[in-house]
Amino acid sequence: MFRAEVFVTLKPVVNDPAGLTIKGGLHALGFDSVSEVRAGKYLVVTLDETDDRQARARVEEMARQLLANAVIEDYRIELQSIGNPIGAAERPA
Amino acid sequence: MRTGIVVFPGTWSDRDCAHAVSDVLQEPVRYVDHREQNLEGLDLVILPGGFSYGDYLRCGAIARFAPVMEAVTDFANRGGLVLGICNGFQILQEARLLPGALLRNASCEFRCEWVNLRVEQSESAFTHDCRPGQVLRIPISHGEGNFFADPDTLDAIERNGHVVFRYCAPDGRVTADSNPNGSLRNIAGIANGPGNVVGMMPHPERACETLLGSVDGLTVFRSAIHALTRVPA
Repeated sequence: MFRAEVFVTLKPVVNDPAGLTIKGGLHALGFDSVSEVRAGKYLVVTLDETDDRQARARVEEMARQLLANAVIEDYRIELQSIGNPIGAAERPA
Repeated sequence: MRTGIVVFPGTWSDRDCAHAVSDVLQEPVRYVDHREQNLEGLDLVILPGGFSYGDYLRCGAIARFAPVMEAVTDFANRGGLVLGICNGFQILQEARLLPGALLRNASCEFRCEWVNLRVEQSESAFTHDCRPGQVLRIPISHGEGNFFADPDTLDAIERNGHVVFRYCAPDGRVTADSNPNGSLRNIAGIANGPGNVVGMMPHPERACETLLGSVDGLTVFRSAIHALTRVPA
């Protein structure tokens, strides 16, 4: 089993109104040192694969096809093996 | 003009579109379920506004993989008329039938208001009856209609005359003040190369009766009828 964390962010050239609004909120709270905030999406995908490279290739494919829109977004994947979850074998089908 | 109106889970403007085409224009309409894969017999397919699949992940991102979209893509590639309104525009971009993307409004607000649109070209099926420079008054209702394309794509869209509508002042001037959502170059609607596929954020189906404040939306649907029958504008 693998757990993939997928970070989807707007490309640097794409204006991010949500990030700008959050930055404004932080400034209003007195966090004057904040120079930029970029908002994005964080997805955790658990997948039943046995091979590290195969798992990464699958998640890359997911990101390309659906999780990110290449017109406006970049993505980064962090993959972690989580073995077989304890109790998985005993769980009734 | 045999019109199919696609209904995804979360579509909300399907009945408004049907009312405009069927009750106002007296043209035959049928609803097309998102699981259907056969669009035979249709002249026009409308992807209406709404929040397909809750707009989860990105507006239109899930709808783009609905079974009906493969048929819509084939239909478009064979020259069938396709109009994407609001969420439908977002779906057409996710499906890569139109370029660019629609970002969150620059104001971060949902904007529901009347806007003025300058018609930029009369080559598309949905502006067949218009003259370039004509101003249409049609409402918008969206939170994510901020048109974006990378500079090369944007230049290509402009150079090839694929911009169909721009937000403008009542007199047709394209100004920053008349841009409700931060769209690049005030773009409110675009067409594909042949002009049979158009995506627009404003809702023409909500401006088809005097009672509603404008009949300018009828021009969009009537254009499609005339484009199909090749009636000169």
